[in-house]
Amino acid sequence: MDKRTFRVYRGDNERGELKSYEVEINEGMVVLDVIHQIQAEQENDLAVRWNCKAGKCGSCSMEINGKPKLACMTRMNEYEPGQTIVVTPLKAFPVLKDLVSDVSWNYRQNERIKPVKLAPEAKTDRGYVMYQKDVDRIQEFRKCIECYLCQDVCHILRDHDKQDAFIGPRFMIRVASLEMHPLDIEDRLPELKEEFGSGYCNITRCCTDVCPEHINLTDNGIIPLKERVVDRFYDPVTILRRKIFGPRKKKLPPINK
Amino acid sequence: MQSDTSIAIHTRGLGTTLRQDKWWIYPALILFGLTSFLVYGFWSAWQADYYWYDAGVSGFGGYLAPFYSPLLFIKEGVAGAAPMSHSIFGAWPEWWPQWLPPSPSLLILAVPGIFRFTCYYYRKAYYRAFTGTPPACAVGALQRKRKDGYRGETGLMVVQNIHRITMYFAVTYIIVFFYDAYLSFFRGGEFGVGLGSILILGNPIFLAGYTFGCHSIRHLVGGSRDCYSCSMVGNASHESWKLVSWLNRRHELFAWISLIWIVVADLYIRLVSMGVIIDPNTWS
Ligand code: SF4
Ligand code: SF4
Ligand code: FES
Ligand code: FES
Repeated sequence: MDKRTFRVYRGDNERGELKSYEVEINEGMVVLDVIHQIQAEQENDLAVRWNCKAGKCGSCSMEINGKPKLACMTRMNEYEPGQTIVVTPLKAFPVLKDLVSDVSWNYRQNERIKPVKLAPEAKTDRGYVMYQKDVDRIQEFRKCIECYLCQDVCHILRDHDKQDAFIGPRFMIRVASLEMHPLDIEDRLPELKEEFGSGYCNITRCCTDVCPEHINLTDNGIIPLKERVVDRFYDPVTILRRKIFGPRKKKLPPINK
Repeated sequence: MQSDTSIAIHTRGLGTTLRQDKWWIYPALILFGLTSFLVYGFWSAWQADYYWYDAGVSGFGGYLAPFYSPLLFIKEGVAGAAPMSHSIFGAWPEWWPQWLPPSPSLLILAVPGIFRFTCYYYRKAYYRAFTGTPPACAVGALQRKRKDGYRGETGLMVVQNIHRITMYFAVTYIIVFFYDAYLSFFRGGEFGVGLGSILILGNPIFLAGYTFGCHSIRHLVGGSRDCYSCSMVGNASHESWKLVSWLNRRHELFAWISLIWIVVADLYIRLVSMGVIIDPNTWS
């Protein structure tokens, strides 16, 4: 057993304070356990959001010693003995109370993305047929638990308040998962470039650094999308090829194989 | 239970953070690494001399400093200059401005320079280290004073989209460097090996490792497809995409190895050509 000082944000969106708590740490504890202990023993109205305690629901996102993290997956033994732990709510979103922030802006971004539109001729009496190697790339993005840590760390939203111009990394990879879908026939590139603001991302890769699901958002999602934008709007070679041969026709996977 | 002074949660400003680790190490190393490279590169290009070494033996072969390759024109009568037969277009042009040194390097630096400048890896590196947007993750970014604030790569920096175009040209440098490596294993038409040849051979190898991990190439060989099993070429495309992706995951590594290697090779040949150091080799 080991004594620790926790400094936890108490307050609302305008102002608050870092309040200090002395806590006893047992082996195997994670930061969320400590917050719960403070809540049970010292501060009954401390607000914290959580759900699964297994790193799968994405509810317990907060900032621990300045780093956006899942509190339920952050073990106490990551920190030096005696180190003070500072816990604050997500910086990029409005604080509702204490450690709980209002992430509803993200839900509205999701709604702006055109849903999947499957090629009608791809439908067979066995349903839709796809091959593993065609969906490998997309499956990486499907691991997302919507914790919004990437949205929180992205400096475009966090430091420059460009919520009206940039949709954020989580939704960039949602667009990527639809654009790379072998059966999808929708085109989202014009809005990706304009309304969703793919050009705002300067690929500094912080979204990739914080993702608890280890999704390589920048290299596998955002940059490939930027390259598709280059194809469509900037590369004279591919633009000329399209002018001469017309747009590439969407081919569908073989049904019997 | 003591209360600390009130804090505003949404404070802004360069470097503001609650992080307690040494987040400044990465940007500091990048700042140092890239600045040193730029200083050396421009200095070397400005010298306009001592970029060639063949120990005074005429005939096929010799060391050409990588910052000076390919040689479009050659100014004769300069110390450590290559023989005229190595020039692609011949003698030094008349129109070259007086105030600029007659350096073949200045003619060819732009392509690899812009290629690296617009590379998706280097962009991360210098946006963090030089422009502080952001200096490190969850560390306050430099605030923009302009009315419309931060514009990323939608404003002036939209030029980053020429990366694809520079890539088309940059791949030719790998071929040029392989030729230089071939050349470096001969002196006066005789085959041999020197420390210089090994250094020069490293260039195209590491440059290829870097270039073929490029995101633009990754896109062109397969990333642009939504489906690999849908067409005849899909399989080949998938295999090459996997290969490029392997290099792509090591893009940062190759970016630095190739950068450091080219400086070492260039400096080495300059020093050998000046007679400051002696090249160990099989010819002498
Ligand atoms: S890589 Fe782009 S999307 Fe990801 S955090 Fe950086 S700026 Fe934001
Ligand atoms: S991409 Fe990663 S960091 Fe972003 S919301 Fe999904 S799981 Fe969280
Ligand atoms: S509580 Fe579900 S991810 Fe932490
Ligand atoms: S992405 Fe680095 S060279 Fe193209």
